[in-house]
Amino acid sequence: MSVLVVLIGISLLLALSFLFIFFRAVNKGQFDDDYTPSVRILFDKPPTQAKEAQVKEEEKKEE
Amino acid sequence: MAGSVKEYTLCYHCGQQCEQDIIVADDKSFCCTGCHTVYDILQANNLCTYYDLEKNPGANQKNKKNSTAFAFLDNPEMTAKLLDFQEGNQAHVQLYLPQVHCSSCIWLLESLHRLHAGILQSRVHFSRKTIQLAFDTEQISLREVVELLSKIGYEPALNLSDLGKKKPQNAHRKTWYQLGVAGFCFGNIMLFSFPEYFSYADFFHEEFASLFGWLNFTLGLPVVLYSAQDYFRSAWWALRQKGVNMDVPISAGILALFIYSTYEIATGTGAGYFDSLAALLFFLLLGKIYQQKTYDTLSFERDYTSYFPIAITRLKGNKEESVALPALQVGDRILVRNGELIPADGILYKGEALIDYSFVTGEAVPVSKTLGEIIYAGGSQQGAAIELEIVKEPSQSYLTDLWNHEAFHKPKQKNLATLSDVVSTYFTFIVLGIALVSAMYWIWQGDLSIGIKAFSTVLIVACPCALALSTPFTLGNSLRILGRNAFYLKNAEAIERMAQVDTLVFDKTGTLSETHRAQIQWVGEALHIEELAFIKSTCKQSSHPLSVRIYQHLEGAVHEVHEFTEHLGKGVVARTPEFLLRLGSREWIAPQEMAVANAVWIEINGQVKGYFRFEAQYREGLEQMIQTLQSRYDLHVLSGDNNQEEARLRKIFGEKAHLRFNQSPADKLAFIESLQAQGKKVMMIGDGLNDAGALQKSEVGISVTENINQFSPACDAIISAPSLRQLPDFLRFSHQSRNVIKASFALSFAYNIVGLSFAVQGLLSPVLAAILMPLSSVTVVVFTTLLTNALAMRHQFLQKKPTL
Repeated sequence: MSVLVVLIGISLLLALSFLFIFFRAVNKGQFDDDYTPSVRILFDKPPTQAKEAQVKEEEKKEE
Repeated sequence: MAGSVKEYTLCYHCGQQCEQDIIVADDKSFCCTGCHTVYDILQANNLCTYYDLEKNPGANQKNKKNSTAFAFLDNPEMTAKLLDFQEGNQAHVQLYLPQVHCSSCIWLLESLHRLHAGILQSRVHFSRKTIQLAFDTEQISLREVVELLSKIGYEPALNLSDLGKKKPQNAHRKTWYQLGVAGFCFGNIMLFSFPEYFSYADFFHEEFASLFGWLNFTLGLPVVLYSAQDYFRSAWWALRQKGVNMDVPISAGILALFIYSTYEIATGTGAGYFDSLAALLFFLLLGKIYQQKTYDTLSFERDYTSYFPIAITRLKGNKEESVALPALQVGDRILVRNGELIPADGILYKGEALIDYSFVTGEAVPVSKTLGEIIYAGGSQQGAAIELEIVKEPSQSYLTDLWNHEAFHKPKQKNLATLSDVVSTYFTFIVLGIALVSAMYWIWQGDLSIGIKAFSTVLIVACPCALALSTPFTLGNSLRILGRNAFYLKNAEAIERMAQVDTLVFDKTGTLSETHRAQIQWVGEALHIEELAFIKSTCKQSSHPLSVRIYQHLEGAVHEVHEFTEHLGKGVVARTPEFLLRLGSREWIAPQEMAVANAVWIEINGQVKGYFRFEAQYREGLEQMIQTLQSRYDLHVLSGDNNQEEARLRKIFGEKAHLRFNQSPADKLAFIESLQAQGKKVMMIGDGLNDAGALQKSEVGISVTENINQFSPACDAIISAPSLRQLPDFLRFSHQSRNVIKASFALSFAYNIVGLSFAVQGLLSPVLAAILMPLSSVTVVVFTTLLTNALAMRHQFLQKKPTL
């Protein structure tokens, strides 16, 4: 039965990783604006994509 | 040109009806050069997808600022204050673009980098109407960025308040984090509590009971220490004020749960109630987020700084320079161009002033001022540029002085207790009483351990989870329902205050009457068709706003006018072979006649014929609204004008209403104060900056606006003008919402009695608590939501689509 201890550990880790992903989503502002992304995804060529990678680094610095 | 033939051509860019001088290019019609220019720029840069995503997506470009309007952005000090972030060549700025309204806007604004290589990234926040821009300062300056935006039709709104540094609000985020933590712990604690629920306890007991217990304790810690933080803080605050709010019994319940469960686990006497604890916080935080619905686009906190410009043009000798508004001093000479705002009280010393005060007073007709007259801050100049000498500093002027009143320096008084505060006071004492009595009973019976158990479980089960949820869910839902009907409240609390109001105070101009539609009436002897046609033709030549309105008002063909001279500040003279027409102010044409407000006098061939009067038009449905309100509320009208309208208002409002005229902004504030001193609970309904004091002072301040994205003074609610006539319905709905809260209180009391009856006997098991707690919460939430929706249906509030 002591295998249960291992399983509990794994399940907690899994749950913690979900919590971490949720935190990251909140931090990135996914819960601030619930409209714009729904429109943005319908554009054929996402307008900002090209420049995005370049700016990403800078954004990290900002935070 | 035949003026009588109406053509209905829609502008390809902005979708407005083209009136005259249609510009045709590439088989597309444009209403003005502004719209055409935007099209040209987009066409040249291959950005015409803009027009494919939505039909006529642009904003009308007729009233554009001149090229030097943003010169002040060259000032590095000011730029530094506006930028959010700057490092090396890269700068970030957030700008408010009121024109954003459709998916085409998002697409174009996020494609800005194709218009200028210096723009690194642009991201639109649609509901806030803001754009977050990253740009390379080597390639493009902030001024050029702003000018680029205005060139394509999205002129950023930059106001004095932008200079006061404020970070974008992320207040909601903390609640989301707290909810995440509570949810995570809730789920896992439930998992570890399952053996307990299904009576596997014996089987697991030896090996796992204590492990699971301590795991639950570990998971419970972040819930109490982090997720429950705000409740403890608020409860502590209330107790220090010697009061009790809903958070006091909640905090007591949380503490009782935590301490008793820890005690059970530590002594090995039970499994604790950590599952109920986490569930409680999870539901409470869900309710909090639901109640926090805010309208990002609307701001309820605006004062004059978000209305006044950042910079103005100061004249030094013959040189123009751009200075920050706060730097303006008494004695400075300033230049105010067409459409610009008068930033401080000043004396007119050059030019023809025609001031539109519609944002200040709601007055529909611009006022003309002559040289040497004092012009009060807040109006905007219509027509050619004027020059002023400042006589008072911007913050001390007639209008802005209002903000120095104490009403603006302290939060709105809480003299109207919310229902939940009232209930929780009694609730806390009753529950404490029951807990003590049952503990004493068991101790008297000689059973100390059951006594302690009974005491703590009473506190646990009576923890007002359902009680605490009924308010946020009822009010949160009501807030959304009212928002659908273009009545936007600042927060849920305002609905409760609305339900307790007994006195309504209306502003007249702009609130009861419409700002942008004045009725034109001819007073005088009847005119011939030819005379009317001639007046119309003459008015077409003049750009004075009153002439433009007379031109639009009159029927008939437009002829050629041979001689036409405009006399500044007086009127115009026009001549044909048969007629000599003079049209203008009373002082100029008929000084012997009685003064009439907002009139344009007509003299033909040396004979005064009469005048066109611009009469404020009352809103549609006003009479009906007042009749409905009359029986239940004390009605008052405050007007900044003279009593010319008294008879008309009296007819609408009836004998009982109180009408007051010639009220200055400070008078209005004082009047609200005097009503409150009599114990009245006042709702103020106003529109302009001059009502700002009264809106702030009253229990509920409602600001009426024709366009919800335009400036409105600080208030508790913003109502779109066409919805004003539904005010009686909204008021009744707020009463009913309060009753829904009362009913759901009764429901949660019923649950509490069931739970308490187990608790006082010392029989409450964790399973029972784990079932009772969520069950009561869920039923209360479902009950309030269904009931408010049913009520909204009865008022026909659900037929409109949400607009924000």
